[in-house]
Amino acid sequence: MKIQEFTASAHNFEECMKCTVCTAYCPVVPVNPRYPGPKQAGPDGERLRLKDPYFFNQALKYCLNCKRCEVACPSGVNVADIIQAARIRYDHTPPKLRDRMLANTDFMGRLARPFAPIVNGMTGLGVSKAVLDATLAIDRHRTFPKYSGRSFEGWLKRRTKEQAKFERQVAYFHGCYVNYNYPQLGKDFVKVMNALGVGVQLLDKEKCCGVALIANGMAKQAAKHADKNIKAIQAAVDKGLNVLTTSSTCTFTIRDEYPHLLQKENDGIRDSLLLATRYIYQLLEASTAQLKFKENYHVRIAYHTPCHLEKLGWGIFSYELLKMIPGVEFTLLDSNCCGISGTYGFKKENYEASQAIGKPLFDQIRSLNPDFVACDCETCKWQIEMSTGFTVKHPVSILAEAIED
Amino acid sequence: MRFDTVIIGGGLAGLTAGISLQEAGRKTAIVSSGQNAMHFFSGNFESPSADRDRIAALFAAAGVRTNAIDGQMLMPMGTFRDASLTLEDVTVFPDRHVADKALIVNFTGFHDFFSTFIADALEQDGTACRIRFVRLPEMEHLRLSPSEMRSVNIARAMDEHWEKVVADIRILHKDEDLILLPQVFGLKDASVLDKIRTALPARVAFIGTMPPSVPGIRTQMLLKRRFEVLGGTYLMGDEVTSAALHDGIVSSVTTRNLDTVRLFADHFILATGGYFSKGIVTTPTQVHEPLFGLDLDFPENRSAWYRADFFADQPFMNFGVKTDEALHALKDGEPVRNLFAIGSILGNTRKEDFGTAAGLAIRTAFAVVDNIKGENV
Repeated sequence: MKIQEFTASAHNFEECMKCTVCTAYCPVVPVNPRYPGPKQAGPDGERLRLKDPYFFNQALKYCLNCKRCEVACPSGVNVADIIQAARIRYDHTPPKLRDRMLANTDFMGRLARPFAPIVNGMTGLGVSKAVLDATLAIDRHRTFPKYSGRSFEGWLKRRTKEQAKFERQVAYFHGCYVNYNYPQLGKDFVKVMNALGVGVQLLDKEKCCGVALIANGMAKQAAKHADKNIKAIQAAVDKGLNVLTTSSTCTFTIRDEYPHLLQKENDGIRDSLLLATRYIYQLLEASTAQLKFKENYHVRIAYHTPCHLEKLGWGIFSYELLKMIPGVEFTLLDSNCCGISGTYGFKKENYEASQAIGKPLFDQIRSLNPDFVACDCETCKWQIEMSTGFTVKHPVSILAEAIED
Repeated sequence: MRFDTVIIGGGLAGLTAGISLQEAGRKTAIVSSGQNAMHFFSGNFESPSADRDRIAALFAAAGVRTNAIDGQMLMPMGTFRDASLTLEDVTVFPDRHVADKALIVNFTGFHDFFSTFIADALEQDGTACRIRFVRLPEMEHLRLSPSEMRSVNIARAMDEHWEKVVADIRILHKDEDLILLPQVFGLKDASVLDKIRTALPARVAFIGTMPPSVPGIRTQMLLKRRFEVLGGTYLMGDEVTSAALHDGIVSSVTTRNLDTVRLFADHFILATGGYFSKGIVTTPTQVHEPLFGLDLDFPENRSAWYRADFFADQPFMNFGVKTDEALHALKDGEPVRNLFAIGSILGNTRKEDFGTAAGLAIRTAFAVVDNIKGENV
């Protein structure tokens, strides 16, 4: 009997010692009784699935892939990787039209951009929301992210010469959100980098990182994106450039999900792909560059750590940068998932769970009543703004408004 | 990145040291690789009774209430253990005759609370016990997945529905002078304990369950929040991968997540725990401390590590990192001058001074904090 075949997993499920700590920190378990919980869905289920794929449970789709189970696990088991890898391997249900639309963030962005004012007007209408809810099961409570009429790529291309003048250079993986929805964050990033004496270049053809494709059962398509991105980032790294990002989830996906879930080797680029906050912190700490802050900048900021940033362990760079700004009163919000998890919260069937997961966070923000909330993640921003009414700003944008022009 | 002190390990020992140092205005970072033994906490800060007030004050400031009563606590398997300071969840009895009659209430389908063992033990000391089960429709969903009927999930349901359970118990209760309940109440907020005590017609005692420990998780969360409110940096889910140690001094440590951004500090505290959290690691021939390669005493002959009698005092539980009197860790027989070892990584090597487990964690943390503060005066 080929025992190995039925017991060996690419993930370390056998190191689980059944302590249930992961379940205690899972945000889904308390709000969705249909979800079996990370221990059962992950290491316990893996043991059974290896014997017979029959034991694959469709309820694994309720996993947010927030990675909180992995951060909590005392034995270093990659619980969420086990769950997501099982979905990729065993779930062959073709994704619905809605999931395809939600997941193809760059395709939808390219499609919508030329008609941005019309699309934005349409998606904002109650009647359109009702139609989306009824036809596609995109929850009517959601506010769709606005599309920008002009892409960030176009904006930066027009400034190629100006950026090339800086002696020190970095490449920027802007991601779909900066390119199609919110180019202002990219512009803020360029402003801060320039103030530090660093010029910004685009990568040669970046693709969407693919996180939403993975989450929506389109791993094959995500793998194609991964190939292209690794190639484009490698080309920049070969020129001696660091590749910076402003999205914690894109960064996490390229660094960790590519090798763990898509089996894409990224050793050549992993150490050079950094969140901008980390890069800026390191420049300032080494005193190789300075930022001049405005004297009259006074704000009370509550900072929310996105789940994937918590998994990366890099939240500290955002906190330290914000605390560095004179006139900032900084509060670190309790570690709590906001509940949106990318496309998850947009789906009608997840709306209630999504809001219930985020409730402790929303309550804490309301009770602190800050001038605004800070956060490194675009989808957390949508969720917190929709659910609390407070404005959410990226730490890089806060730096940009706090430094002298 | 520079700190006054970097603590490796974020459990009870690490957090106690971290909170005390932040209270003294020292910039402190804690590196914690996953959650810790607090999730298995019985709620008892073992004897000796030294430092009782100091422990209670540290916990009170974090929002954790304690009982300072000398007596005995009832353990999950029906045994008793000496107690002098406990979390407020724990009822301390003056002796083993806890009541004339006791009603033990469990939840249908909850296998981590051993009501029969407890009843057997109590009956030996003259307490007549009756066991009854309650079930709520609001909890039935937990039984869909047999492995999820666990203390934490019940506690979440109880935060919302405790009044319904209280109503059921009032019906079940006859003339007992004591009602025993599993510790599945107050995952985030312990105030529900008093509400239940007030609402029931007899004295109530909450008894520990199999892990995870609901009072332990709540305490861990509150201590971590206290440390962060004081300005401490808690690096959750990160792990120290190497350390720079030269001439008896540690200058920095490297972590998996921060890699090239090393953590520099004047002092380092090793609070990585025992076997469970891999502070001490065993191979077929060796027992070793993996991070610094510190000195550890253990017999060469492996069969002397343990006793065949499972319930006997096991020698391997006493293996721990060697230190000098001031708790500086020893490497190659010499103290590392700015590296201290606290908590379970010491094994039971200093039982007479510091107690065991939780008591050891807190008291060694206090001793090291005092040492660090004294050095810099």
